[in-house]
This record gives sequence, C-alpha cells and structure tokens, in this order.
Amino acid sequence: MSAPNKSYDPVEVETLKPEEIERMRDEALAAIASAADVDALREVKVAHAGDRSPLALANREIGALPPHAKAEAGKRVGQARGAVNQALKARQEVLEAERDDRVLVEEAVDVTLPYDRRPEGARHPLTTLSDRLADIFVAMGYEVAEGPEVEAEWFNFDALNIWADHPARTMQDTFFVQGKEGGKDGEESGVVLRTHTSPVQIRSLLDREPPVYVICPGRVYRSDELDATHTPVFTQIELLAIDEGLTMADLKGTLDHMVQSLFGDDITTRLRPNYFPFTEPSAEMDMVCYVCRGESVGNPDRPCRTCSSEGWIELGGCGMVNPRVLIACGVDPQKYSGFAFGFGIERMLMFRHKVEDMRDIVEGDVRFTLPFGMEI
Amino acid sequence: MRVPLSWLREYVDLPAGETGRDVQAKLISVGLEVETVEQLGAGLKGPLVVGKVLTIEELEGFKKPIRFCTVDVGTANSTGEPQEIVCGATNFSVGDKVVVILPGGVLPGNFEISARKTYGRNSHGMICSARELGMGDDHDGIIVLPPEHEAGTDAIELLELVDEVLDIAVTPDRGYCLSMRGVARETAIAYGLPLRDPALLDVPGPNSYGYPVEVSDPAGCDRFTARTVTGLAPEARSPIWLQRRLQKAGMRPISLAVDVTNYVMLELGQPLHAYDRGRIDGPIGVRRAQPGEKLTTLDGAVRVLDPEDLVITDNRGPIGLAGVMGGANTEIADHDDTAGATADVVIEAAHFDPVSIARTARRHKLTSEASKRFERGTDPQAASAAAQRTVDLLVLLAGSTAESGVTEIVAPSAPHTISIPADHPDRVAGMEYGRETVVRRLQQVGCDVYGSDELVVTVPSWRPDLTDPNDLAEEVIRLEGYENLPSTLPKLPSGRGLTESQRLRRRVGRALAGAGYVEVQAYPFIGEGVFDQLGLDADDPRRVTVKLANPLSDQEPALRTTLLPGLLGTLRRNEGRGNHDLALFETGLVFRPTGDEPAPPRLPVDRRPTDAEIAALDAALPRQPRRVAVVLTGAREPAGWWGKGYPAGWADAVEAGRTVAREAGVELTVRKDQQAPWHPGRCAALYAGDTLVGHAGELHPRVIKALHLPERTSAMELDLDLVERASSGPVVAPHVSPFPVATQDVALVVDADIPAADVESALGDGAGELLESLRLFDIFTGEQIGEGKKSLAYALRFRAPDRTLTAEEASAARDAAVSTAAERTGAVLRGA
Ligand SMILES: [Zn+2]
Repeated sequence: MSAPNKSYDPVEVETLKPEEIERMRDEALAAIASAADVDALREVKVAHAGDRSPLALANREIGALPPHAKAEAGKRVGQARGAVNQALKARQEVLEAERDDRVLVEEAVDVTLPYDRRPEGARHPLTTLSDRLADIFVAMGYEVAEGPEVEAEWFNFDALNIWADHPARTMQDTFFVQGKEGGKDGEESGVVLRTHTSPVQIRSLLDREPPVYVICPGRVYRSDELDATHTPVFTQIELLAIDEGLTMADLKGTLDHMVQSLFGDDITTRLRPNYFPFTEPSAEMDMVCYVCRGESVGNPDRPCRTCSSEGWIELGGCGMVNPRVLIACGVDPQKYSGFAFGFGIERMLMFRHKVEDMRDIVEGDVRFTLPFGMEI
Repeated sequence: MRVPLSWLREYVDLPAGETGRDVQAKLISVGLEVETVEQLGAGLKGPLVVGKVLTIEELEGFKKPIRFCTVDVGTANSTGEPQEIVCGATNFSVGDKVVVILPGGVLPGNFEISARKTYGRNSHGMICSARELGMGDDHDGIIVLPPEHEAGTDAIELLELVDEVLDIAVTPDRGYCLSMRGVARETAIAYGLPLRDPALLDVPGPNSYGYPVEVSDPAGCDRFTARTVTGLAPEARSPIWLQRRLQKAGMRPISLAVDVTNYVMLELGQPLHAYDRGRIDGPIGVRRAQPGEKLTTLDGAVRVLDPEDLVITDNRGPIGLAGVMGGANTEIADHDDTAGATADVVIEAAHFDPVSIARTARRHKLTSEASKRFERGTDPQAASAAAQRTVDLLVLLAGSTAESGVTEIVAPSAPHTISIPADHPDRVAGMEYGRETVVRRLQQVGCDVYGSDELVVTVPSWRPDLTDPNDLAEEVIRLEGYENLPSTLPKLPSGRGLTESQRLRRRVGRALAGAGYVEVQAYPFIGEGVFDQLGLDADDPRRVTVKLANPLSDQEPALRTTLLPGLLGTLRRNEGRGNHDLALFETGLVFRPTGDEPAPPRLPVDRRPTDAEIAALDAALPRQPRRVAVVLTGAREPAGWWGKGYPAGWADAVEAGRTVAREAGVELTVRKDQQAPWHPGRCAALYAGDTLVGHAGELHPRVIKALHLPERTSAMELDLDLVERASSGPVVAPHVSPFPVATQDVALVVDADIPAADVESALGDGAGELLESLRLFDIFTGEQIGEGKKSLAYALRFRAPDRTLTAEEASAARDAAVSTAAERTGAVLRGA
C-alpha cells in the first residue's frame, strides 16, 4: 500500500488496524459480560462506549486516514461499536430484570396484617328494616307519610273511632302529656304520645285527595315497662290504601306481597277475625313461619324456636278502614273504601334476625348494632 | 271466658269424639280467639272413690298433726274391708265423706299412689285435697263431700275431674261470648248444628206486686227486673256439679245464692245481683249519685261517689254501684254468718248503659265480672230469663219458694235495623258469596233479614255491636272463612318515591355510618336534672319541656329537647361495658314547646274538621324539629403497626357537622362560640348561610364530670330541618379546565386569636376567580413568629378556564389574596 499523505502518523494509524479494533471490541464485550449489576455496567459503558473509550478515540482517527482507507476503517469501527452497544443494551436489560426481581423480593410485606385503622360504623337495624319495608311499598307506588310523635288526641283516637271511654285511652296504655300548670289537678291536655302511626293516616287523608296510598313508619309509644319482649318506645309501619272498590282480597294480596318480598316467594299470610275500632271487618295477620314452613307443627322431633312450633308468626292487625274513619276525614264512604294494616318492626327484627332480647335493640350497645352494617 | 267442653255439650250436640282441640280449631275459624285448651285431670287414674271415715287415731310425737284413719271405700278395694290411711289434714271427722285414691291410682302430675309405711304406720292410699285433684287452689285441707254420696262411688265421674276447658280471649265487640250461651251459639254455627238456647224459658209476665223498684234514670238503666225468693234453707250448699262448673270457669264457689247468680251469669251472660231482702230498706231505686255520697262496696272499700255514677239505692241511700259491685250493707249472708243466714233474697237483673258502667268502673278502678259484661253490652232481652233461671235454681237447690210478684221496668226501644245491598259483603270481601249465603249467615247469627237486592236486617238483642253495614259484612265474611279470601293486588296510581327530606335522612345516616359512627335510637324520656348537668342557664329555652302526666319513671318525666342526653347515656353505657373507642349518632325528633300552646279543641268525628280546626289542633302541639347529633370518645383512629393513632376530639365533632351538611349540598360556616354544654374555648357554631343550625366541639369539663363521661368527650348536634331548608338544590357541574395549574404557597402571620376560617375566607375572596382551591397545610407558632402570633401556611392553586396562566398572573392573584387577608385580619406575609 502506498503512503501519499505526508502527515500520516504510523503510531496513530496503528489503532485502526483490524486486530486492534477487534481487541477493543472483545475487551468491551468481556467487560460488559462481567458487569455484575446496573451500576457496574454504567461504568463499563463509560469506559468502553463513552466519549473517551478506545473505540470512540479510534473513530476519531478515521478522519486522518487517506480517503481510500476511510471507508473500510469506518465500517470496521462502526461494526465494533454497534456490537458493543448492542451487548450493552442486552446486558442492561438482563441486569435491570435481575435488579427488579431482587427489589420486589426485598419489598415484600406481610399482607395478612390487620388494618382496623378506620373505625367501622353502622345504621341501626330498626332504621334499615324500616327503610327496607318502605322500599317494598314505594316500589308498588305507595308514598311514605310522616307526622308528629306528640299528637293531638283527635288524630290519635277520636278520628280513628276510638271513642272517649275506649280502654286504649287509659293510662295503662297511653302516655298523656301533662295539662297546663295551674290548671286543675289531672286536667287533660288533649295531647298524647302517639300510640300508633295511625294519626299519620288521618293526616294523610286530610291532606290528600283520594286515591290515597301511603305507608306510615315511625316511632310510637305505649306505657309498657322495658323487658325481654316489650318496649315503651317502638317502631311501627302502617299502611293505608283508600280508593274506589278496594277489598279485603286486596288487603290479603298486599300482605302476601310484603312477606314474599322479605321472606321468600312461597311465604303466605293468613287472616284471623279480630276487633279494632278503626277497621271493620278487622283481622289479625300471621305469616307462615319462614324457618320451618309449618313443618314443626305436631312434630316434636323438629321443634321451631322462631314460631314456637305454631307454624305461623303473628305480624299485627289489619282490616278494612271503618267508614266512620273516612267520614271523620271528609272522605265519602259511599264512593271510597280501603284497607289498612300495621305492625311493630321490633318483633319482625327479632324473628328475622334471631334477636333474643328486646333490650339489645333498645340499649344501643355498639357490639349489637355493628354487624347490621348499612342495609338489612 | 273459660268454657268447659262438658258444659258446652249441654247446648250443642257435638260429635261424641270431638276433642277440645277440634272445637278450638272450629271456633278459631269463625273468629273466636281460643288461646288454650286446658286438659283437666290429665293423667288421672283410679281407683278414686268416695270414702266414709270410720275411725281417726291422732298420732303423737310428730311436728305436725298426723291422723291414722280407717275409711270405708265400699268394694272399691275388692276386699270390702276398711282401708287404713295416714292423713296430714285435720278438717274432717268420723262419718265424713271424703275422696280416697287407692294404691295403683295416679294423681295429676304423674303422682303414683302405692301402699307405703309412713309415720310408723302402713298407709294404703291417700285422702285427697281439691288441689291434689286439680280442682282448684283451695288450701283448706281435704275435700269433705255432701253426705248423700255412697262410699265406693267413682269420684272421677262424681267430681267431673276429667274435662277440657277452652280459654277464649273475647274481643270488646263480642260481649255476648262472655257467656256459655254466646259461645254455644258460635259453636252451633261453626258446626252447622242446632243450638239449645238456655235463655228460652217460660217467664211470667210482670205484675204490680213484685218488689217495688223506681228507675229515675231510664237512659242509664233501660231495664230492671226484680224477683223475690223466700225461705232459703240455711244449710243449703251448692251441689257438686254447680261448684265444679264454677271452678272450671275460673270462679270460686262461695255460697248457694251467690253461686247461683254467678252460674246464671256464666250461662246467659246477664250479671245478676242478689240482695238480702231483710237488709233492704224500702223500694229499690236507680239514679245517679249525689255529690258527696259514699258507699262501702262488697270488697270493703269506702267509695266517694261521682255524680255520674249510676247507683242502686234504698231509703237510706246507695246500696250498690249499679252494674259494677254491690254494697256491703245488703250483702247476702252465708250460713256461717253469726248474724244469721239470709232467708229471703231479691234478685236484680238489669240492663245498664255500657258507657256509664265503663266510666264508673274506670273511675273507681274497679273491674268486676259484671262490669266487664255490661261494658261490652249485655242482651236486654235475656234479663227476665236470667232472673227466672236464678229463681228456678234457688227453688230447686235451696228448698225456697218463688214469690209470684214480678217487677219489670222497661224503657221502650225499637230493635236496631240496618239496610245493606245484598252484595255488600261481596264488595267488602272481594269475592262472590251471593245473596242466599249472605242471608243464611246473617240469620245464623240471629238477624232477621228481609228484602231481595236491598236487605233490611234486624240485629239480635245480644249483638249491640252490629251497628253498621260493614259489621254485617264482617259476620258473613268470618263465617265463610277469612282463609277463603282470594289474594289480589290493587292497581295503584304511580307514586313519586321518597321525598327529598326522606332521601336526605337516608344519605345522612349512610354518610355518618360510613364515617365510622354507629346509629343509636335512644328513648326520648329525660329527667330535668340533666339540664343542670349539661350546665344550661336557668332561662335556656332547652329547659322548656313537654311533661308526661304518667311517665314510666318519675325520674324521667319529660321529653328531650336535645338529642345529647340520650346519646351521652348510651355512650356511658357502652363505656361501662368495655367499649372505649366510641362514635355514636342519632337522628330523631326533639320536642320544643313554648309552654304557651293552647289546649286543642274538642272536635266532632261526624264530619271533616275545617282547615281552621285542623290548624287549632296543630297549634296545641309543641314544635318537633328533627335533629342529628353525634358523640365521640376514645381513639378516632387507633394506634397500630402503621404508627400512632389519634384521639377523637372537637375537630371530629365539627367535621361530623360538615359531613351531614355536605349530604344536603350545604357548606357549613364554622364560627367560634360559647354554648353549653360545650367547652367555652372549644365550641363551634355551625351556620348554613346566616342561619345557625347547630353546635359542635368538645364538651365542657364540668359537664363531663357531672355526667361521668370519659375525658374530652366531644359532641355535635344540628337541626336537620334547617340544614335541609338551606339546601341549594341540584349540583351545578363545574367547568373542568384543561390548562395547567399554577401553585403558590403563602405563610401568613396573624394574631393567635384570629380564626383560621377568617383568614381563609379573606384569601379566597381576595384571590379572585382564578383561585381553584385553597388549603391550610401547616400552622406554626414559636419564637421566630413572636409572642401571641401564629403562622398559617396555605397552598393556593390557580387555574384559568381558557389559557395557561403566566407566572405574573398567578403571583398577582396571590398578592391580591394576601393583601385582602392583611386588610381583614392583619395578616403579614411571613418573612416579609
Ligand atoms: Zn317455625
């Protein structure tokens, strides 16, 4: 090969010899392969692929070569640097994967640790049961009506055909509000704690034009002492339907629908004659025991605690609204009729959720309420 | 009403094998609530026989008297020899007839009798008491029978020991079922069998020579029958059958005359009264009591009479509380009486106004078998039959003579009739019975029915409860069976679902429960001492309460004016049970009278009240706002492996208020306040706009001490009605800007007593529209800041809806915010 370039430096040109470039490449590849971790590889990268790495320096020499040699040397150096970069990249991926695996192992935690950091809350089961019952009827088209708990006797008694001397109006059953001070001893105030939510029915009939379809949930008061099965303050749901041509069969169907919604498709109700001043005919309503389905009756081997092996669970009272009640509310009994029912939901809560003592419902112990959560 | 099955069979020919349970089922199906069927003499097994006491040897040396007897039991012991029996009772003598159970017999309660050695003698059987035989609770030793019964006679049959008794809870409308006659009628209908009506008796017509009676209040007493029986044998006692029927029906035999009147009352439902004729002075009168009159009733109580009380009188004044209880001064004396037994009696069978009787019974807190029946309405047509039946029994059983005088005073009255369309029961029931069935059923209950499409129904005298068309419908429907009613659903008009208020209440409950609060439903009863414990001022409006005339406890005679007492009581109860980290809430009404509510008007029920009348009723009621409240104590967040927790405190209580308001779409404004029962330095007033809706904070240490609460207990209470009213309606969606945010932090130094809320609102107002949000992220106090100062560090985020903000724009907005804060609160930029 001729040497026409006068400034040609044989020492520097030495670095562009194929063996030299091969050596540099191999050294680089060896260093890459032996880099133990990402940090070591970063140093290797500086040493063998950085600006001052042998191959980079060699690359700079290419410009000094005679034109005919440039292409070949350029190609040689380029290939070597390509191989190094490729190896670097591959090694980087391997090492990163190794590092990640190690870190993930190091970061492992005990996921079984408890985390009772946020306090739990709950709604009272009477609230949620009342809401749930309301939802059943709201879905049918009923509206929820409400009224005062301290109520005038006219709404609580008179308008409901509970006349002045009715036993229900005695002190044994009803909390009376004290008459005015300075009035003569025992003067009646004419105001009571409502003994049922029926006064809300009366208010609904006075407020609305028939047809009227309402349910009246709420707190009611009777002067019983608190014990395992009684409470002086309890929660009632009453229903009132006033329309043209309503019948006892409609009452029965509505009751059936309610218990089926809560207890299952095959649960039915039964009516037994009874007496209430505000309904005529009147009935006591029972539902088939949802636990034993009546199979405990006469079957001492399989007693049922829920229904005391009666096969039926007492729900409450019902009947066709007494036309006298309609008259007191200005509703024409010739044109309209209707039905009503009512029951205390404490009892339903007890038999539906196996509550053994009324006091648990009343006392507000958080251990009782918490498991009921948000819905029932 | 207790109904012995054996007695019932006297009026209805029930199938021979019919059990009490069978009859119960039938009666329930026609609407009588037969609560229980008692099995009398269950497990009883003979030989149980009449014995004649032959010898009595008193055994000495025992703690109680013990007798060794020989008793003739006829051939019941198969030897005919006297039976040797040891007995612990002493109420019998040689020659008495007693009841003996022999070895091999079993008494109720599975008490098997065998020959045994006791008190040193061999005893072959037992002489029985009434209690041992399940006849009653008499404690007077063993039974001594009337002498006429032969030794060896089977006593199980003689004493009718095996029977079934139906116990029926009679509803107020079915007074006629407080008699065998009434229950028998229902039984006959239920079985489709004929009834032998015990009231169908031959009764002589009234005449002028009966015992004189003057009824001066025919409204209170529209019927009075008086009969006289003379020459009652002093030794006459009620026969066993009569005593047994009374016992089975739940009454105690007393004396023949009293037993007979009770028996006839049970049989016919007509209460009767027997007067000792020798002790009545002059004619019997019926009138209202005069003010100040007194009467000693049979139970020995001296009663001051009310002018509304209906009384029976003689020349001396009241001798009985009509229809409720007789007076002691004309009481029948029995044969043990030292004053001499009653020989002649006057029998009263009357009909009284039910309302009058009910009021008198209640006024004097005196309920009797008679008043129970009169209150529910007796059969006026049965009065003379009942008197006749009483006379007949006294003649038969007491060897007496019926006088021929019959007094009968009757106020004229027409039978009650009701007109109904023949298909009325069908329309009430929702199924087709047809005219024929309707007429048949009404006739079965005793109605006379005329007409075809429109029925004219005359109701029987024993059914005063049948007054309205629906009463007749009920008779038809119940006899046709409630269980046969179809099940249909009405077609409702569309409803509008829950109201906003109802939905809000549910949201609030869920939000608070979601925030870790447990719902409570406390009783609203409070004692007024709690207001002192809460530290309320003497004139605090919360001290004005609704008071109950008849509270369950004298300690808690009033209704709550705040939810806190109930919630705090519940908190304390939980604390006492070892639940220390507590967050409770309650939603409910409080009762806030002014004390000046007028009494409600007495309104009629035969028409709709006018709107003004309804308003007058409502005006009588206290205001009853709905409140929501929370109380907290212990850790709001417990310590754990994650680090330290933090205790529940005033800030949680205030936040609970915000949680509630947020559900109503209301942003609360919090201001410093001083209000009992809160800590004066840790009490927040909660405002919705300009309306004060409640308070929150830590409770006053004195309140905590007085109510025995854990330290630092905190509470919030607000008026949900007011919050709801402040609700601004549906949320207006914000414009979400796609441009970048510019963040600026400022630290402002203010006087320590400047509320952070004031600084924050000044910053917000000053920052203008570009401010997206503002957050207090640090509070610093210390020397660098200076005494009495604090530094509040806020992060301000600015963003424009339509462009990227320049640094200059953001700084200008920040500066504006700071300068407004400086103006209003004296804030100085820290480091400035
Ligand atoms: Zn069951």
